[in-house]
Amino acid sequence: MSALVLDQMAQAMASNAESRFAASAVTQDASKAKMAAQDLRVQYDGVTALGGVNLDILHNRVTALIGPSGCGKSTFIRCLNRMNDVIAGCTILGTVTLDDENIYAPDQDVVLLRSRVGMVFQKPNPFPKSIYDNVAYGPRIHGLAPDKKGLDAIVNESLSRAGLFEEVRDRLDDSGTSLSGGQQQRLCIARAIAVEPEVILMDEPCSALDPIATARIEELIGELKQRYTIVIVTHSMQQAARVSDKTAFFHLGHIVEEGDTKQIFSNPVDERTRDYVMGRIG
Amino acid sequence: MSNIPNTRSHVAETLKSRHRSERYFRLLGLAATIFGLAFLSILFVSITMKGYSAFQKTSILLNVSVEAGEALPAINYQGLIKASLRQSFPEVKKRQAKRALYGLVSSGAAYELRAKVIDNPTLIGTTVAIWVTASDDVDMVSKGVIPRGTTPAVRRLSDRQMGWLGVLENEGRVKTGFNWTLFTAGDSREPELAGVAVAMLGSFYSVLVCIVLSFPLGVMTAVYLEEFAPRNRWIEFVEININNLAAVPSIVFGLLGLAVFLNVFNLPRSSPLIGGMVLALMTLPTIVIASRAALKAVPPSVRDAALALGASPVQAVLHHVLPLAMPGTLTGTVIGTARALGETAPLLMIGMVAFIVDLPETILSPATALPVQVFLWADQPERAFGERTAAAILILLVFICSMNLLAVALRRKFEIRW
Ligand SMILES: Nc1ncnc2c1ncn2[C@@H]1O[C@H](COP(=O)(O)OP(=O)(O)OP(=O)(O)O)[C@@H](O)[C@H]1O
Ligand SMILES: [Mg+2]
Repeated sequence: MSALVLDQMAQAMASNAESRFAASAVTQDASKAKMAAQDLRVQYDGVTALGGVNLDILHNRVTALIGPSGCGKSTFIRCLNRMNDVIAGCTILGTVTLDDENIYAPDQDVVLLRSRVGMVFQKPNPFPKSIYDNVAYGPRIHGLAPDKKGLDAIVNESLSRAGLFEEVRDRLDDSGTSLSGGQQQRLCIARAIAVEPEVILMDEPCSALDPIATARIEELIGELKQRYTIVIVTHSMQQAARVSDKTAFFHLGHIVEEGDTKQIFSNPVDERTRDYVMGRIG
Repeated sequence: MSNIPNTRSHVAETLKSRHRSERYFRLLGLAATIFGLAFLSILFVSITMKGYSAFQKTSILLNVSVEAGEALPAINYQGLIKASLRQSFPEVKKRQAKRALYGLVSSGAAYELRAKVIDNPTLIGTTVAIWVTASDDVDMVSKGVIPRGTTPAVRRLSDRQMGWLGVLENEGRVKTGFNWTLFTAGDSREPELAGVAVAMLGSFYSVLVCIVLSFPLGVMTAVYLEEFAPRNRWIEFVEININNLAAVPSIVFGLLGLAVFLNVFNLPRSSPLIGGMVLALMTLPTIVIASRAALKAVPPSVRDAALALGASPVQAVLHHVLPLAMPGTLTGTVIGTARALGETAPLLMIGMVAFIVDLPETILSPATALPVQVFLWADQPERAFGERTAAAILILLVFICSMNLLAVALRRKFEIRW
């Protein structure tokens, strides 16, 4: 494909994008919780990993989950799109709501849930397929594109949103695994937003990346929160402070403290939080 | 940190023996490889030495005058061939001598003449020059497999017959050419007329049935057990028994086929369909085990990625996991089928061990298989069958080798580089 055609496509896409996003961009009260966990308890083979967690995840805000290793951050974030369902021996009690509906209710469909709550993993995991097919996969299985042109538009738009389009516009047919680590992670973000989810979960998305790629993704998160509700697990206090609006501190399977990011980092109430954000435990 | 020089001297001390054992280990591995290769080449060389002559066959030129006026079906071709031989050697008068003379050419010569005349009826009334198949004894001597100088008892040709052969050779009426019969004919009592066509076709049909049945069944079983089955006692029991099944002697599968497919379902005996079904039973566990290993080796991150995008579990498996497991699955399938191709025992039980002359038309027609043909011919006393046995083994080995090459090619084709 020539660059010219792509430019035209990008323009067409941009106008298309407005309509595509119009529905989801309905302004919602930011103080209202998009998702909420109530008394969430998780056990692996009878061993408690989360012991009664309550947390509100606010609409179009970035929520950071911090805490020492093994405290249950990944466990919690995986409960939000029911990725824990596939782990044998994992029992989940309590409720998690998405727009006030319990996602663990018996009539909830996981496929629908996961199309609304996307996920980006710690290690970039593109499919060993072309860059195009990586991004197109979600829209294809959900039938989001009416035709090939529509699909092209979604792919290009998602890649642009993930800040990757300029770098890969000439090699959409190359394997996704041929990209650098940072590019792969942005590809995974593009793949996740191609489905147009409402919430994006990110479990340590930058832990495998160098500082420049990390900065690129942090910038991206800032842009993405215009449209999406984002939950991010991170081990970097600076990152949490930079990108998030709200922070929850996990310790031994409980949330010790949660609140406004500024407050958590400047004036934590709990002793353990203070120690952790000062770098004394963890 | 005062023990650093200490560590260094310790390591330096043990270094020598470590390197030595490393060298030994490498040598041992090399020796084992060479040993294996040596045996393999001895096997190949000895079979090739024994079998290559079977790919050539001797023909004798006869000038047969086909009299005019006879109706096509009424022609006595056997008589014509005999007359032509008598014509070449008019001095032969005695009955016994005549019979010895007729013994130079194969009993199939009459059929060859018949085929030629039927093909071109204008030959009637002319003298036809035709290369006919020599008898197996002439063939063996002419190709030099049996030395001419041995006693008549060993070479099975009398001195007088040798004399006639010499005359024919001097007249340029004896030639050796490629033995097409070996590839176009079915079994025969006469070695020079026997071929592996029925066996090859039978093997081909059986393996086809085997793949068509066992590949989808095996892969689906593996996918179910690996991706969807709940972890409980019952599934564990199934898993253990699939592994057990892989170790069951193949003849037992033959007995099962005999009892179930033949006696209960009354499917046609000796047919490649039954052969393929029995071989499929045998191959199934191999495919299941190989596919499960391949599925297990697919990184879970791929599964997670697909599921997190909202793919259903079946979509995640069909779109991502199974394609990534394909190289291993295909290798397992081809190796399993290659083994099935070389299998004799179960086929004996279901009657694919018959004397079959006609090519099987469908998978329901009676047929033999290559290894069974080897088994049958190895039992024959004629020396010419000896070389054909070796030739059949060679053909079988070529098939198995090409299947293994196919496995490598498929692996290459489907392998995904990360
Ligand atoms: N699949 C599993 N099976 C059994 N136990 C598990 C499993 N996953 C996590 N756990 C346990 O649950 C607890 C919480 O793990 P989790 O992965 O949520 O921690 P985390 O906060 O994400 O840690 P990290 O920062 O190191 O990623 C740990 O004690 C861990 O051993
Ligand atoms: Mg984690």
